Amino acid sequence: MSTPTKTTEPTTKSATPDRGVTMSGAEILVECLIREGVDTIFAYPGGASMHMHQALTKREDVLKTYLPRHEQGGVFAAEGYARATGKAGVVMATSGPGATNLVTGIADAYLDSTPLVAITGQVPRHMIGKGAFQETDVFSVTAQIVKHNFLVMDVNDIARIVKEAFYIATTGRPGPVLIDIPKDVQIATTQPIFPTEVNLRGYNPVQKADDAALNEVIGHIKNAKCPMIYCGGGIISGEASAELLEFVERTGIPVATTLMGIGCFPETHELSLKWLGMHGTVYANNAVNEADLLLAIGVRFDDRVTGKISEFAKHGTIVHIDIDNSEINKNKVVKLPILSDVKYALAKLNQLLEKAGKPRVAKGFNAFPDWYVKIAAWREAFPFTFNDTEDVIQPQYAIRLLYELTKGDAIITTGVGQHQMWAAQFYDFDKPRTLLTSAGLGSMGYGYPAALGAKVAFPDKQVIDIDGDGSFIMNVQELAMAHVEGINAKVMILNNQWLGMVMQWEDRFYKSNRGHTFLGNPKKIYEGSLEDPTGIYPDYVKICEGFAVKCERVMHKKDLAAAMQRMLDATEPYVLDVMVPYTEHVLPMIPAGATYKDVIYEGRQTLKAGDGL
Amino acid sequence: MRHTISVLVENKFGVLTRIAGMFSGRGFNIDSLNVGPTLDPSTSRMTIVVKGDDTTLEQVTKQLNKLIDVIKIEDFHDEEIVERELVLMRVNVNSETRAEVMQIGDIFRAKIIDVQINNLAIEITGNESKIDKFLMLMGKFGITELTRTGRVALARKSN
Repeated sequence: MSTPTKTTEPTTKSATPDRGVTMSGAEILVECLIREGVDTIFAYPGGASMHMHQALTKREDVLKTYLPRHEQGGVFAAEGYARATGKAGVVMATSGPGATNLVTGIADAYLDSTPLVAITGQVPRHMIGKGAFQETDVFSVTAQIVKHNFLVMDVNDIARIVKEAFYIATTGRPGPVLIDIPKDVQIATTQPIFPTEVNLRGYNPVQKADDAALNEVIGHIKNAKCPMIYCGGGIISGEASAELLEFVERTGIPVATTLMGIGCFPETHELSLKWLGMHGTVYANNAVNEADLLLAIGVRFDDRVTGKISEFAKHGTIVHIDIDNSEINKNKVVKLPILSDVKYALAKLNQLLEKAGKPRVAKGFNAFPDWYVKIAAWREAFPFTFNDTEDVIQPQYAIRLLYELTKGDAIITTGVGQHQMWAAQFYDFDKPRTLLTSAGLGSMGYGYPAALGAKVAFPDKQVIDIDGDGSFIMNVQELAMAHVEGINAKVMILNNQWLGMVMQWEDRFYKSNRGHTFLGNPKKIYEGSLEDPTGIYPDYVKICEGFAVKCERVMHKKDLAAAMQRMLDATEPYVLDVMVPYTEHVLPMIPAGATYKDVIYEGRQTLKAGDGL
Repeated sequence: MRHTISVLVENKFGVLTRIAGMFSGRGFNIDSLNVGPTLDPSTSRMTIVVKGDDTTLEQVTKQLNKLIDVIKIEDFHDEEIVERELVLMRVNVNSETRAEVMQIGDIFRAKIIDVQINNLAIEITGNESKIDKFLMLMGKFGITELTRTGRVALARKSN
């Protein structure tokens, strides 16, 4: 049997292509970016990209260039911009080390489906393959971590390629696209033709569920006694939050999101079970695993969500709706796979529910009373909790206080580790695109540059990076971009002097033997005294002083609220260095490869080394 | 189980890198891969033989489809295709065995393409079982060099 699987229809409708005046490749690139609506680019120059920077200087009025202090800071900033806006983030770097410094961010964007266009300079065409100064085959290096990439060998191709790059990055399941442009191609001149349509016969991002499948979903809901929705980043990428909320309020089905999906459904809604997975709520994990119908929407059955995949939700009928066909039946084979744009599918389901006489209500849900009772009991028994202290600041307390002081109205970014999980646990997110976190790749150092990118996009919103001391220092140089460009994003460091999450695993799986997880100064260890800060290393107040960024260290709980308010009120970049104990573990925790029944809810029980991954 | 996948791709820079990289990155094994031009100069056709169960095949197909430069994929089952492979080999002979080698070659419709005092270069085309059989027979005389194209395939019915 032969199965033609791709359509060859043109992907956008045509108008007459527009012919420009004679200009250089670099000028064509900049003109194309502007035509794509780009107003912000994070770009660090070098020999092979400076020609493009020269072109950027001429269009500074419509396209603002931000100078990061490391290409990784630039690419994370572009990701933060993209995640906060839904538009493609744009980053530029030179060849060789400039390009390889982007690699982590590109891989990050790939795993978290972030629309990103990365532009790199390349050595001149005749030097390619000669081991030229600052030459790296970035096309091959990035081939497996991009949605698509291009090496531009002809100046006449630039306009078409940029158009295709933005189209590919932002449609379907979004992702990173890289364009590598040799320096002589940037310099070469031509009269460009700016295409108005994209014609990619191998790419069809438009996927719409058929009515029969959606009617089958309605049928499953009718027969279900304890249904659950498990939804993720696809709802946010697909701009389908409103449709999801309506769907939930018509059906009364409770919702658990993934970490990527946080904010796609209001966490303060009575049908929200917050988020599931390794450090998610016990009640979300219980409910998803014991559901008789699981509607998995815009998710990919990631191992941090499912634990042991063969045991995950094994009693329920699973419906999987996703726009990426390769995610369907990849990690989990499901009963009813539906290839669709989730916004379309949910809107259509809402229409079908309307026809079936299922009105939308905002409260007083009564569709599954016994199920609600069961969930309420779990919710009661297993809330997110921590042991608070009198004077010592617990990290969870600091996050909850930040939630209260901001009234939940902020864009939060994070690094990776314990603080990231606590931020997701103790801050409530009601809107999409308000938690920007490196979920799939787990890239430490993401939080601060991502916050700068988000703040550039939304200068009037409060943007706060909740960071760890380990993650923050990985891109601490971006304090310079913040100060020089006046990007007023805030940082709250939860500083415990340790690589906390790895330390937690050492406690759990390696009998607390420390394998280089102490980040302070071992010659003069800070012992946690609230009166004597001697030994705290590094000294963030002094670091920030060097960058001319305000920074305040807080040791006592009684001082925290006022200090936090000063940070929130500041009209300039501001760092709050909050000292917290290193002894806290992130709980609950389902060990890797285990099931929801193996959850550790409290205490310090030690598992044997080698468990988990 | 082995599958033959015929993949129509854009004839563009780096397409082989993308496909080979996808296979290694996703942990799929390629038995053989053959690339060549088609009637349309803007496309190439790859014939890939993959080992794996149906789940693996489904993923291979979907992951290939996800590549922008992949235009169309056909996953063939054995009965629906004509498949051929071309093999060039050098076989040791002496005055006593030369005739026998040539005789066997005749039966298999192989061609002698180069003659040396102590060896013959032979070209043979056919499906896998024919080629395997021929190689087995030639092995007795001693094959000193061998090169295979890998499988190329065509659907029996045109669509």
